[in-house]
Amino acid sequence: MWTVDPRRTDSAKFADVWLGINVGSDIALANGIAREIVDAGLENNNFIENATTGFDDFVAHIEPWTLKKTSEVTGVPIEAIRDLAHGYSAANKAQIAWTLGITEHHTAVDNVLALCNLALLTGHVGRWGSGLVPLRGQNNVQGGGDMGALPNKLAGFQDVVNENVRTKFEAVWGAKIPPDPGWHLTDMFNAMSRNELRALYVIGENPADSDADVNHARKALEGLDILVVQDVLMTRTAEMADVVLPAALGWAESDGTVTNSERRVQRTRAAMNPPGEARQEIEIISDLAKHLGDDTWGQPTARDLWEELRTVSPMHAGMSWERIENEGGIQWPCPDENHPGSPFLHERLWKQPAEGKLAPFSCVKDQPPVETLDDDYPLRLTTGRALDSYNTGVQTDEYSSPIRSGEALEISTNDAKKLGVLTGERVLVSSRRGSIEMTVKIDPDLPIGLAFTTFHFPELADVNQLTNSAYDPKSGTAEFKAAAIRVEKLVDA
Amino acid sequence: MSKPEENKPETLVEITIDDEKIAVNEGSTILDACKQANIDTPTLCWAENLTPVNVCRVCVVEVEGSRTLVPSCSRPIEEGMVVSTKSDRVNTSRRMVLELLASSVEMDRADEEILEWMGSYGSKPERMGATNEIKTSSQPVKIQDDLYVRDYERCILCYKCVEACGDDAQHTFAIATAGRGFDSHISTEFDVDLPESACVYCGNCIGVCPTGALVFKTEHDMREDNSWDPDNQQVTQTICGFCGVGCNLELHTQDEKIVKVTSPSDHSVTDGHLCIKGRFGWQHAHPKN
Repeated sequence: MWTVDPRRTDSAKFADVWLGINVGSDIALANGIAREIVDAGLENNNFIENATTGFDDFVAHIEPWTLKKTSEVTGVPIEAIRDLAHGYSAANKAQIAWTLGITEHHTAVDNVLALCNLALLTGHVGRWGSGLVPLRGQNNVQGGGDMGALPNKLAGFQDVVNENVRTKFEAVWGAKIPPDPGWHLTDMFNAMSRNELRALYVIGENPADSDADVNHARKALEGLDILVVQDVLMTRTAEMADVVLPAALGWAESDGTVTNSERRVQRTRAAMNPPGEARQEIEIISDLAKHLGDDTWGQPTARDLWEELRTVSPMHAGMSWERIENEGGIQWPCPDENHPGSPFLHERLWKQPAEGKLAPFSCVKDQPPVETLDDDYPLRLTTGRALDSYNTGVQTDEYSSPIRSGEALEISTNDAKKLGVLTGERVLVSSRRGSIEMTVKIDPDLPIGLAFTTFHFPELADVNQLTNSAYDPKSGTAEFKAAAIRVEKLVDA
Repeated sequence: MSKPEENKPETLVEITIDDEKIAVNEGSTILDACKQANIDTPTLCWAENLTPVNVCRVCVVEVEGSRTLVPSCSRPIEEGMVVSTKSDRVNTSRRMVLELLASSVEMDRADEEILEWMGSYGSKPERMGATNEIKTSSQPVKIQDDLYVRDYERCILCYKCVEACGDDAQHTFAIATAGRGFDSHISTEFDVDLPESACVYCGNCIGVCPTGALVFKTEHDMREDNSWDPDNQQVTQTICGFCGVGCNLELHTQDEKIVKVTSPSDHSVTDGHLCIKGRFGWQHAHPKN
């Protein structure tokens, strides 16, 4: 097990080898590993020949990424890069698993494509035990996308711009579907700032605490004509709302389904009734439709909605409600009732000849983080989660965790010395977007120049005032992982 | 649900248990075969989501040709094996194991099935002397945080907690056995308090404890004030509301409130193991304010 992370996390300590990469140099590392694999003749030529396109262009593209250059850009020693390249390509089975360290960058999609290149180069894809594993951070972020909660997709990842797809859905829904893709979250906030988006209905999200450059986000929310928030607790966003719709807890008070990282659709079941005036979300949305003038919705159950989904989304067609119950979850695609579900994808690439569209190599360019370090903002700030807490703390503030240490700005021993601060002392932390006071914690495992904090306690440290909202134009994800900051010691008055 | 695996041909092996011939998958244990034949077999240190450690010896059976009784939980079956699970020798041994363990620890909060086995095997722990004269049964309860209670007067040293903390689930290795002989006990490193140890509070040790030595503080507090009422509790299986792993939760509710969270050990997503958020992070369902 290799861990690639700018910080020496618990996972890094658990791993056989830790590669302490410079923040935002993921593409450089992947390209360097790819070049070493090709240079040493360790690529899987049969797989490349059978299943991929663009190999020659890719080899030319990565030619500059010698071990020496890769090491200079990433900060990872040459031997470690070589070992990883050789170990990965020689493995019988190998997986690359990642999370927001790859995707919360302005090069999010390119970072993922760079990892895909490695799997294509070695054939570590489309087989049991091998593959590319994006670990999901929420219990239904996969399911949300599957159901079409994306600006350009309908349920089952079917393109909204495709007229045949729209016709199919329109026949079932009895309504016209707008043919143009909508906005993703970052676009929406930009549209709010331009006064083009005037009404917002937020369900189960707390952007007034969680968005990058949160002062900008709060201003955008304050400027709306109407803000409606549907949530289980009174979040900061809910406090700003004109209307709050109290909702049942998805995992404990509602029947439905969620889909995990391995594409497994599983049942949630109501163990309790929602408290007070809180209602089932399906009821709220159906009633809203009625108030908007459409009384054809009725009061569907979760099961009714699921059965409808099966008629429009081929990848869910074989998953009857009973099967999901009886089999403890089923992994999509599951096209018919006799299909067992799919523990892994892309097996078609191993058929001789490969079936369907061949997998393209991507010539992606190393691009450092948008915000560069300079004399005014000399430290790199990266944010992340702690084991016992979750996002802005809405769900985790309530329980008393013995391993919770509260919010602190973690910095290296050397940087602390330079700043003349000790663990527990207060500092002013500033980025180009805002300044907040924080408590310092010295982490001897952090490299010089890198600072880290979680974002679980916005009431203690409003960390997202610091983070950068620069985003990947392809995914819309903001560059939470790379801001530039300055730290100043606060002197007691 | 079934675990997808690479194509592994299944070979059947024929053995005899209690004079009945049955065909069992190669690589199974005698305990697997007993389950297949619907033969109730007592176990204490065995769990389906842990590697057998063979310490309690309560699952022993007689195998023809073997001088000693063998632990059914870990002994693989072999072609033609002849097993006896109901002989006097087996019954006496099982009764003695239950009797000796129960003579030195409090068993009143043990799993229901353990109490049933003590009854059906006729164990009489009181004939070993009064439990309050015995060292292990007079320890103070350890409460060092708001999540765990460790009541070692109920500990039979089955090692399940050590296994779950170690390489069977959590890989944290916060606890191990310390001391020798009668002084053997479960301890953190250097016997530090739990919050100062390597513990990450996944609660997987509590999840596998068979005797109530390790309990959730919610359950402990309710038992202490006599409000713990299992007959008035419902168990609902759902999916954890936090990350994308999709751990299955069993929400134990009493009077419309969650009182405990467990996970089914036969579910392939995490084999019954959880993290601190899934196990304890449910209080937002009942906010104080």
